[in-house]
Amino acid sequence: MVNFERHEYDVIVIGAGGAGLRAAIEASAQGARTALICKSLLGKAHTVMAEGGIAASLGNVWPQDNWQVHFRDTMRGGKMLNNWRMAQLHAQEAPDRVRELESWGALFDRTSDGKILQRDFGGHRYARLAHVGDRTGLEMIRTLQQNAVHKGIDVYMECTITQLLKSGDRVTGAMGYWRESGNTIVFAAKSVVLATGGVGKAFSVTSNSWEYTGDGHSLAYWAGAELIDMECVQFHPTGMVWPPSVRGILVTEGVRGDGGTLRNSDGERFMFNYIPDFFAAETADTIDEADGWYDDKVKNRRTPDLLPRDEVARAINAEVKAGRGTPHGGAFLDISSRRSADYIRRRLPSMYHQFKQLADVDITAQAMEVGPTMHYIMGGIRVEADTAATTVPGLFAAGECAGGMHGANRLGGNSLSDLLVFGRRAGLGAAEDAAAQSAVPEVDESQVEEVVAGMREPFGRSGEGPYEVHSDLQDMMQKNVGIIRTEVELDEAVNRLQDLKNRSKDVMVSGHQQYNPGWHLAMDLESLLTVSEAIARAAHMRKESRGGHTRDDYPDPSDEWAVQNICIKQGDNGGMEVSTTPLPQMPEELKELFEEGSNA
Amino acid sequence: MPEFTIAVQRGEAEAESQWTDYIVDVEEGQVVLDVIHRIQATEAPDLAVRWNCKAGKCGSCSAEINGKPRLMCMTRMNLFDPAEKITVAPMKTWPLIRDLVTDVGFNYETAEKIPAVKLGEPSEDGDFRMHQEDVERGQEFRKCIECFLCSDVCHVIRDHPENKENFFGPRFFVRLAELDMHPLDQEDRIDLVKNDAGVGYCNITKCCTEACPEDIHITDNAIIPLKERVIDSSYDPIRWIGRKIAGK
Ligand SMILES: Cc1cc2nc3c(=O)[nH]c(=O)nc-3n(C[C@H](O)[C@H](O)[C@H](O)COP(=O)(O)OP(=O)(O)OC[C@H]3O[C@@H](n4cnc5c(N)ncnc54)[C@H](O)[C@@H]3O)c2cc1C
Ligand code: SF4
Ligand code: SF4
Ligand code: FES
Repeated sequence: MVNFERHEYDVIVIGAGGAGLRAAIEASAQGARTALICKSLLGKAHTVMAEGGIAASLGNVWPQDNWQVHFRDTMRGGKMLNNWRMAQLHAQEAPDRVRELESWGALFDRTSDGKILQRDFGGHRYARLAHVGDRTGLEMIRTLQQNAVHKGIDVYMECTITQLLKSGDRVTGAMGYWRESGNTIVFAAKSVVLATGGVGKAFSVTSNSWEYTGDGHSLAYWAGAELIDMECVQFHPTGMVWPPSVRGILVTEGVRGDGGTLRNSDGERFMFNYIPDFFAAETADTIDEADGWYDDKVKNRRTPDLLPRDEVARAINAEVKAGRGTPHGGAFLDISSRRSADYIRRRLPSMYHQFKQLADVDITAQAMEVGPTMHYIMGGIRVEADTAATTVPGLFAAGECAGGMHGANRLGGNSLSDLLVFGRRAGLGAAEDAAAQSAVPEVDESQVEEVVAGMREPFGRSGEGPYEVHSDLQDMMQKNVGIIRTEVELDEAVNRLQDLKNRSKDVMVSGHQQYNPGWHLAMDLESLLTVSEAIARAAHMRKESRGGHTRDDYPDPSDEWAVQNICIKQGDNGGMEVSTTPLPQMPEELKELFEEGSNA
Repeated sequence: MPEFTIAVQRGEAEAESQWTDYIVDVEEGQVVLDVIHRIQATEAPDLAVRWNCKAGKCGSCSAEINGKPRLMCMTRMNLFDPAEKITVAPMKTWPLIRDLVTDVGFNYETAEKIPAVKLGEPSEDGDFRMHQEDVERGQEFRKCIECFLCSDVCHVIRDHPENKENFFGPRFFVRLAELDMHPLDQEDRIDLVKNDAGVGYCNITKCCTEACPEDIHITDNAIIPLKERVIDSSYDPIRWIGRKIAGK
């Protein structure tokens, strides 16, 4: 028998971004013996990269703001495909979660009367994002981390989970390997929380890091959980496009929130040509009104530069296709002619440095070149809104790897607040679930041995390396399952995925077990391929355009699809099953918020 | 752009580590981390390196490039002369794990020794009130991305590993100063600053400040004020507490 390291906990949390940290803090506060496990070092998760802010209707800048308005903006931004209950809880609880961060030491930017300052962002009716310059994610993760280290939570860093363990229907723990040594580690746990983030590394142009290989989505899927809305992928309109080595790196929406505008190569503010009917009533249609909105939100409607991300990304894509792109195939994003150099450096310090150091562009004097970049996945593990429970007993999920909250398109700033609200709920749900179990479950050793044998296989092979397969997968997903999709390309994607899966089974790894990135990637390929297939198959099924899912062959939203979630589950034969399930319908009193004349 | 020769320090134990030369074509705009990734994807798939954000935000990719402490993702290749070999080595102050990856656990252990922030009660409406000018000092320190380059270059532990037991390193002087200057924090950490943190070992060489990719004025804004607090407190602890409550 293989000799492996083994631990027992009430609750293990997989992922130490905002969602995982908040979940672990809560579980441990409930008295659960808790472990927190992450692939990279603590404090380096994706959350650290978030820039613009945390959305919460604190009403510090616009007292008219409240949870109902935030709820309505979120649902409309998500093209009404959101799980209404999640959107409601999120809007109601976000302000308390932000204040809590402050009491844990976060230092947000302030209003003149000393409260938390809020900034404008796309799709939000009022200035709503609590922020610290353009490094809000750093503030958030450091605050949570500094709180968590005093809570008696055991942290396992640079430890990758590759498989959930089960006994009957119930999850009984998880196993994986230490990146440093390559040695196996096994956790027996009463309850498990997944908080692993997104899937960006399935695409070639992305704002996401190496960690985003869809592990949590896949772990849940392999364990029998349902995934929903996987076709809904967010292409952020403003990623860097030049130089090639930084293509895809994010340019925060805060640039537009603070006054920056988009222009094409003719110098035209083209967003005025792309205002969809759905948002016409709330969007400015003249330059005067748009510019006036920054100062007076009651008299003026919102600038079209701050339409939801799916709208802006498609508009830039269309401008470039029509030949009005910038020299490197993007749009111009200019704040230099609109705000003082001082203001720009104070509000957007990391954008200033990023462009200066990586692209030799001074954003206080020159326009940036930007274009769409794969940024976020709205789809994810199906959860129950109140408890974050998945469809598998003992398994919970929160953060980007959970689905439902953001519908077909996420509003900027709504992720960080989502992490706090549902991270806390997942921690609570998991702790309560664990408390109801009598003992830490037994681990099935044969299960572990089988997985370990599979993990080591690539060392003995003689095929191609993992990097080639990964880069071919990224190119294929970018081309066939990217921002604009068609039936033909999606068919091809599904076929090519089969091919890539076969190739991945022959991937060879050289060197040894210690800190070997080639080997790590070879193992990540499995989850990358699983989520890619889920995205492609779901995109194939949804025959309409909605939010982040755009079909060239079905360019409009359809009433029939408006009330369906696409659901993905592993079938009994191991294949992927795709079906539809009815979208939960909100109660009357919430529906009223969407009627004309509603104050929300 | 032209061809470069880049020497990477590889190996698992310092004594056995070796310089390995790689010859790479460099494209416009590339940074050192791009080159390391290219080497990984072609010649050396097992080359160990840490990175996450590739935009100077996470502090994962610290290394010593041509002997200088730097983030690999923010170091442009056009900084260098193609005629000269570039060297990339792991941070020297932390125990080597493999290739460019070191064990920075010292810093995580130190972080646990610093008591968390402890705020008083919020105002009646439930909000804490703090003014922008009062949070700005702390905000400078909270820009820290925990790259640990400052502590890497600090001679107190770089040349004398035995001092690690009595010295938190500049990263955590920044943290202590941040807490000390928090307008609403009520915890007294002065004994910690004086004793366990070992701020007295620092002789203000400013190497840490020069290394910081976030331009935090570590010595002037964090360490010197901490040293002053230590001196003040030993004369007059009451005055120190009074000053803290007044938020000065
Ligand atoms: C550049 C950028 C800017 C952004 N700006 C904003 C913003 O301003 N506002 C906003 O609301 N949102 C923003 N977002 C989105 C937001 O940051 C992310 O959606 C969010 O941080 C995800 O948090 P999370 O807790 O779900 O996951 P993450 O923070 O990504 O954490 C995932 C964790 O899971 C771990 N993990 C993954 N797989 C495994 C495994 N197999 N085993 C063990 N551990 C694993 C990782 O190590 C990591 O610790 C931005 C995103 C990016 C990329
Ligand atoms: S100034 Fe002090 S802390 Fe900084 S490097 Fe010099 S001795 Fe070390
Ligand atoms: S203070 Fe500067 S150099 Fe030191 S860890 Fe923080 S960011 Fe890095
Ligand atoms: S990779 Fe994040 S700082 Fe370099």
